[in-house]
Amino acid sequence: MNPGHVLGAPIVVLNRVEKRFGDNPVLRDVSFSVARGECVCVIGPSGSGKSTLLRAINALVPISAGSIAVDGIEVNDPKLDKLALRRRVGIVFQQYNLFPHKTALDNVMMAPIHVLKENPAEVEARARALIAKVRLTGKEAAYPGELSGGQQQRVAIARALAMNPKVMLFDEVTAALDPETKKEVLVTVRELAAEGMTCLLVTHEMGFAREVADHVYFTEDGVIVEHGPPAEFFGSPKQARTRAFLDQVL
Amino acid sequence: MSALAVLLPRQPAAVGSEWGAARMPSALRSRKTIAALAILGAVWTAAAWAAAPVDRPSVLALAVKWAPLIFGGFLFNLLVSVAAMALGTAAGVLLGLAQISLLRPVQAASWAVTQFFRNAPWLVLLFFAMFLLPFEWRIGGVTVPFPAWLKAMLGLALPVLANVSEIVRGGVLSIPLGQWESAESLAFSRRQILWRIILPQAVKRMIPPWMNLYAILTMATTLISVVGIQDAMTLTRGALVAEARTDLYLPLYFMLLLMFFAYCYPIARYTQVLERRFAVRG
Ligand SMILES: Nc1ncnc2c1ncn2[C@@H]1O[C@H](COP(=O)(O)OP(=O)(O)O)[C@@H](O)[C@H]1O
Ligand SMILES: [Mg+2]
Repeated sequence: MNPGHVLGAPIVVLNRVEKRFGDNPVLRDVSFSVARGECVCVIGPSGSGKSTLLRAINALVPISAGSIAVDGIEVNDPKLDKLALRRRVGIVFQQYNLFPHKTALDNVMMAPIHVLKENPAEVEARARALIAKVRLTGKEAAYPGELSGGQQQRVAIARALAMNPKVMLFDEVTAALDPETKKEVLVTVRELAAEGMTCLLVTHEMGFAREVADHVYFTEDGVIVEHGPPAEFFGSPKQARTRAFLDQVL
Repeated sequence: MSALAVLLPRQPAAVGSEWGAARMPSALRSRKTIAALAILGAVWTAAAWAAAPVDRPSVLALAVKWAPLIFGGFLFNLLVSVAAMALGTAAGVLLGLAQISLLRPVQAASWAVTQFFRNAPWLVLLFFAMFLLPFEWRIGGVTVPFPAWLKAMLGLALPVLANVSEIVRGGVLSIPLGQWESAESLAFSRRQILWRIILPQAVKRMIPPWMNLYAILTMATTLISVVGIQDAMTLTRGALVAEARTDLYLPLYFMLLLMFFAYCYPIARYTQVLERRFAVRG
């Protein structure tokens, strides 16, 4: 929990979202909202639709029914302004997905320069500050192949932040990392949350969720089984399925 | 024409193929190849020499006599190969990009054209071009001749275009989907993603199969002799007819082989070096 952390109005609102891949229902009647400045963690077994959920919020996959709104933008609208949506939403993936032919600094600078058409000098100053913020000063000229997994993931976070998003989505960003480098990335995410960035993160790090989240959701087979503030959720889970999952991972 | 089977290997559409992968240390292998060739050449020449009657010019003297003419023809083959490659590459890149278009009709049409020319024997395509294209164009009131060698070059550019199209498509598809996804999440347009993120990475993977294709094309340029163009092959045959000496057959054709070998082998070697370098970088 983040005491002294004032939550604002909802910025991400999902209402009865359904997603099917062919006959396979991946999200079923999912409704929830994330308030401005809130840090929400989603946990659940693999295959339960968590990645699909985050991708749907960023319009990377279309949903089958229901609605998603981000900062007032209807994501499911056929006339969606993708640029408007995506400059508000940053996403970081499990596999980093840095551009391997660009240096760390260029990875961070590319989108603001080519998408937002901002002044390169200003973008560079901002990119250098972001690289410092994720504790990678000195690695500006390194190519992704020359960085460790944890370092690459922090460049990916800086790259998403360079668009000045209002919401950050994290999809199991530490799942591919060893315990040591995990910590570096989690520290960065925790700082962001503490600064008041709205975060929606899918994670298997229960300790981290307990400590940082304002609200925790447990999903299984595309439905939200249970949710609540972390103390309650982890302290006295009500559903048998939640208890079974927590017993397994804790 | 059984050589055609060798000319048209079914390459994996994607790249970084293992089929050229070295099992032997490269220096050793290249030295072995060259040594084997040298021995073969020496044996043939010696055999021809031994068979040559004393009262006639030696095989070696005749080979030296005809070498400049045949070499001139060989340079013409190279010219045709470069021209066909340039044309085929330019058209093939466009066709390959059309194959990954989001517009279904564009994608389907370019796929069909690619498959058609990729699965046709080169010699048949060559005949197709020779007989389908006119021998002159009438542009306005002017008659522009359309020489046979130009038609032959176009005929060879057809299979090149189809293979380049597949190389481009395979190269683009070999880039992990995560690259598209993360670029999309940063609001890049599809065109920006292709030109700024996917193609710069894919080009590196396309170069080895493209060079491989060029070496194959260079060897295939001797096919134009079949449609009556004065290339190295035709000139060699002409020299043999003029001399009417059966003992000259092997040495002259061997000389021609050596010219192609000296040109194509370094390309093949360098292709492997690039492939290996790419494989190491993963
Ligand atoms: N592009 C896709 N096409 C078809 N099925 C998919 C696709 N993406 C995910 N799925 C399926 O959706 C289900 C949920 O996947 P995902 O959202 O990745 O779950 P999680 O992130 O919770 O592990 C899985 O059964 C998966 O096979
Ligand atoms: Mg996932």
